[in-house]
Amino acid sequence: MAKITLSKLRHSYLSTPKSDSDYALKEIDLDWTDGGAYALLGPSGCGKSTLLNIISGLLVPSEGQILFDGNDVTALPPDQRNIAQVFQFPVIYDTMTVYDNLAFPLRNRGRDETTVHQRVMAIAEMLEVTDMLEQKAAGLSPDNKQKISMGRGLVREDVNVVMFDEPLTVIDPHLKWKLRSKLKELHQRVKATMIYVTHDQTEALTFADQVVVMQLGEVVQIGTPVELFERPAHTFVGHFIGSPGMNILPCELQHGAAVFAGQQIMLEGPIQGAAEGQTEIGVRPEFVSLADHGLPATVTKVSDIGRHTVVECEAGGCRINAVTEGAAPEKGSAVHLAFRQDMTRLYVDGWLATAPANATGEQGAA
Amino acid sequence: MKTENQKAWFFVLPVLALVAFNALIPMMTVVNYSVQETFGDNVFFWQGLDWFQQILRSDRFHAALGRQFLFTFLILIIEVPLGIAIALSMPRKGFWVPVCLVLMALPMLIPWNVVGAMWNIFTLPDIGLLGYFLNHVLGINYDMTQDPVAAWVTIVTMDVWHWTSLVVLLSYAGLVSIPDAYYQAAKIDGASNWAVFRFIQLPKMKTVLTIAILLRFMDSFNIYTEPFVLTGGGPGNSTTLLSIDLVKIALGQFDLGPAAAMSLIYFAITLLVSWLFYTLMTKDDLN
Repeated sequence: MAKITLSKLRHSYLSTPKSDSDYALKEIDLDWTDGGAYALLGPSGCGKSTLLNIISGLLVPSEGQILFDGNDVTALPPDQRNIAQVFQFPVIYDTMTVYDNLAFPLRNRGRDETTVHQRVMAIAEMLEVTDMLEQKAAGLSPDNKQKISMGRGLVREDVNVVMFDEPLTVIDPHLKWKLRSKLKELHQRVKATMIYVTHDQTEALTFADQVVVMQLGEVVQIGTPVELFERPAHTFVGHFIGSPGMNILPCELQHGAAVFAGQQIMLEGPIQGAAEGQTEIGVRPEFVSLADHGLPATVTKVSDIGRHTVVECEAGGCRINAVTEGAAPEKGSAVHLAFRQDMTRLYVDGWLATAPANATGEQGAA
Repeated sequence: MKTENQKAWFFVLPVLALVAFNALIPMMTVVNYSVQETFGDNVFFWQGLDWFQQILRSDRFHAALGRQFLFTFLILIIEVPLGIAIALSMPRKGFWVPVCLVLMALPMLIPWNVVGAMWNIFTLPDIGLLGYFLNHVLGINYDMTQDPVAAWVTIVTMDVWHWTSLVVLLSYAGLVSIPDAYYQAAKIDGASNWAVFRFIQLPKMKTVLTIAILLRFMDSFNIYTEPFVLTGGGPGNSTTLLSIDLVKIALGQFDLGPAAAMSLIYFAITLLVSWLFYTLMTKDDLN
């Protein structure tokens, strides 16, 4: 187990990258503490798998360093980094039994059979696969195969970090939930640092204490699930996390106030910095309500999603979603929308530009 | 439950008709010859299983069968490991992939009799490139028209040259179908190159290798044209393989009855060995 530090990491798949867009990863600085559960979240092609392969040593970064507990491991091959990785498609050794599969990493490292047996039995018990140990691994179901490939990582007692590369992709929906809670439970038992790569927000938010959101090779925000939900640092995070995502409304600034469709919208607090560029208001559908007065809008669609109703409205040429409880208005009816002030933020060129009202004192100078 | 519909059988009819004309009917003619004796003019005498007994007891058949098994054994023991080795060392991606594939496929595109003729000229002691080099430059006495060992070396080498590519291409197809994740996982698990071969590559190649070995067995066991053109079965009878012997009996001596019986025995052996091999190789897949 180890603390992982990424320092000034950049990677390009081209041999001579010219511009910024040639980089799959653009300058990443990160610190991951020992024993934490992290998720790397982002859409396909955002560089999260590249980052994972760099940490595991399958890829050597073009620039920068990876440190495990302060030791530079940038040039070390995967087998010397003491890491474990679980891949999207379960990797198992077909011709071996489940027992031999689990014992494989230990035997390769020359451990004696008593230790091997002890570790394999312990891991098998933890993963609840004890009764399958004598079976050929080829005949297992996908979720059990994925458990075995996870087990091959955990069987080594000195593992620095366990990485998961979209491990639930091929698992049946009703087993996903089971395996996910198994993962969480394993993390609490073995206390190894775990990094979970996914494009599924539910998986990321339920697994991780800290979620790293990536887009186009950049880290956009690092935070707890609550932080990502309540204060997205970038419109991308607001849009990507949440269902439906954050409402992003282009607005104008007049005398320091945000104006959308001729209406002044009250923001959570003062605007930081120069506020030059493209300005947008961001507010989550959960904090938009139907009110007697406020922004006039027309209801275009109403979808019942169980406990809540998503009311899709149109105002000022933009679509605004509101999540409401109770009776929903008819399609086509005219309504007024109210935004919860402390949850209404301003974004400049995509980045968060407002500070909460009570924090102005400290941040006013920024 | 859906009722079963048997109309699909009609789709099989054309194939059945085709197979009847190109395989079943000729085959039954052979069966017909194998139990009768004829002196021409379509006059036949019932012979029972005499020809079969005669063939099975003949030393000449035993010798040819022995040579046939030796030949097949030799080419398999060389071509399969060599083919796998070449496939393993071929690049998986990039510019050289198509180049390697075309180079590999070239020998297989050459007609069998041309291969025989090529190697015949190639190995002639006085004018052949290889024959001249061996005899006059290296001073090795090499003449496949005189020396049985030289003849055997030549036909085995020729077959290896001609057909190793088949094993290479099939193994290669098996290799490229292995996802990168397997190699990455093996690296992380600290597996040696041998372990990667033994536990990842070989199991993934097993299906295609089974096909490759089966094809190479059947082809080499029935081989005729190349050794016939190259050595004509000589010197003496040293390279007279089963098929060459069969043609000698059938067309050389015009003993149609014994030749027909021999064909059927020959066919039965090929079928039996192929079936045994395939059953053994695939029995694990069932459970």
